[in-house]
Amino acid sequence: MSVTTETPQQRDRARTVFEKSRSGRRAAVLPALDVPERPLDELIPPTLRRVDPPRLPEISEPEIVRHYNRLSQRNFDLDSGFYPLGSCTMKHNPKLHERVAALPGNARLHPAQMPARAQGALELMWRLQGALAEIAGLPHVSLQPSAGSHGELAGVLLTRAYHRDRGEERTKVLTPDTAHGTNPATVTMAGYQVVKVGTASDGGVDVDDLRAKADESVACLMLTNPNTLGLFDSNIVEIARVVHAVGATLYYDGANLNPMMGVSRPGDMGFDIVHFNLHKSFTQPHGGGGPGSGPIAVSERIEPFLPRPLVVRREGHAIAGSAANGDRVGGSQTPYDLDYDRPKSIGRLRGFQGNYGVFVRSYAYICSLGADGLRDVAESSVLNANYLLARLRRAGVSQYLPLAYDRICMHEFVLSGAPMKRDLKIRTLDLAKRLLDFGFHPPTVYFPLLVEEALLVEPTETETRETLDAFADAIAEILNEAREDPEIARNAPYSTPVRRLDEARAAKQPVTRQPL
Amino acid sequence: MADPSYPDDLRYHAEHDWARIDGESATFGITWYAQDALGEVVFFDPPAVGTAVSKDEPYAEVESVKAVSDVISPLSGEIVEVNEALAETPEAINEDPYGGGWLVRVRLSDPAELDDLLDADAYQATLAG
Repeated sequence: MSVTTETPQQRDRARTVFEKSRSGRRAAVLPALDVPERPLDELIPPTLRRVDPPRLPEISEPEIVRHYNRLSQRNFDLDSGFYPLGSCTMKHNPKLHERVAALPGNARLHPAQMPARAQGALELMWRLQGALAEIAGLPHVSLQPSAGSHGELAGVLLTRAYHRDRGEERTKVLTPDTAHGTNPATVTMAGYQVVKVGTASDGGVDVDDLRAKADESVACLMLTNPNTLGLFDSNIVEIARVVHAVGATLYYDGANLNPMMGVSRPGDMGFDIVHFNLHKSFTQPHGGGGPGSGPIAVSERIEPFLPRPLVVRREGHAIAGSAANGDRVGGSQTPYDLDYDRPKSIGRLRGFQGNYGVFVRSYAYICSLGADGLRDVAESSVLNANYLLARLRRAGVSQYLPLAYDRICMHEFVLSGAPMKRDLKIRTLDLAKRLLDFGFHPPTVYFPLLVEEALLVEPTETETRETLDAFADAIAEILNEAREDPEIARNAPYSTPVRRLDEARAAKQPVTRQPL
Repeated sequence: MADPSYPDDLRYHAEHDWARIDGESATFGITWYAQDALGEVVFFDPPAVGTAVSKDEPYAEVESVKAVSDVISPLSGEIVEVNEALAETPEAINEDPYGGGWLVRVRLSDPAELDDLLDADAYQATLAG
């Protein structure tokens, strides 16, 4: 007799709700009709009716509850465990924010509601713009971009509009070789040529290389500071000087804003355009594809080109159209409005006004913490990262996973798995997969590209010392067991709903359709 | 996966490419080190036959489970053949980088460039650093 080691989840192949459907099953029984029945032809002309009934799943209530409950258990999320995915800032999302976002005035607001009837929402957006402007150290904000990459595209389009307005057509955008992949992708999408700037031995921008490449054909330098190595570039003032001297703009990729909030402001460093990832730094459940939010803050010289409409507060102005409805609104009681009168604007970047629910959560976060609280967030995120780094600099770990650039880090750090691969015969991917068996989501792997077998770890400020200790112990244990038998890590994970996936086959033969 | 190897009959470019010279033409591919660093290759995006390639410039892309990377041309010339089999079996680049994993054949335009390439020992010395 053999005993299977498969877990119930592994045996239970994930099926769609349609596959579980059986004819005649119902989750609800409708009450008897209490009005006279009328022929369908009277209500909907036959030409507008579908020929075949829709294929809806037929399933009982307990089965439908189990279906979605099980699907949720097949996922790994922040509410399940530690999720140190570098440059993604997977911090805890306070539950208070869900309560606020679910208030009827927020959750049931129609996106096409006229401004005079959506004053509360517009005020929240206006106040959020003000808070973000203060955090960035730049005076003007648009909330429209709805992802980090979308904010980047907005920033590069603003740069192009700025140069064109001055009668200049520039052709190149500089990005460091440590940049997030979205930077060069954005540059290409906006029609510019990407020119890579090298990294110096301390992990910062190679300023000599920057000087050599910065000329009048350069429109912009896109920079993340701290960069994806988790290192603050202390040459930023000189970098800004070089960029501005050739008339280019300096763009701040806000993916790594978390350790900066309330401590240092991109605007003060000389940046012209900043994007925020509200879903990262300012809490929003993310990682499953959205919704995100990537507002931008800009300097005075970029302001005329911001997307329209902008949320504005009009002092002492009546708003046309509102009083005519007979409501007691109008005049100074409805000061918040959408400003379309922006002739130099790059135009609209999104339908309606952006992902409003994210604005609510991020505004709640900023109000809950206040300025001092945001500074605590930044400092704690740096402290947690350096604590975890110190815990990993122990015998049995550091010789296999050395720090790629040996400096005090900011909110994240990069280890190189090259010695581990050479000496223990397991790759960073194997280590990552084995971590799942310890209940941890793996860190970012194989990024940034300039570090061999990279492991990019961002613990965030919301994790306890016990969690950080347990994670460091898990890494040590995985390396220890690999010394005995590398096959253990190579075949991991064992305990997850699905075992090791064939990533090569998934990329070559993707299944993109699910038959009903 | 094959063990590390750097055949003596090939010439190497420091960007981890090899060239097998055959008179006025050459076959190009990526080295064992390159395929090992990339991880499992899932897609090879070849240039069209007839495309001109320049030494030290990208001429194709390989996509692995980790990243998409440019392939750098070790010599200048014109593409005369691409390895069509890689469309179905890109893993040949991992399994047999110097044989079935060859990428393109090129008619060389400047034989003098050969002098810039490395032999197997010199290339392996660059990996040690």
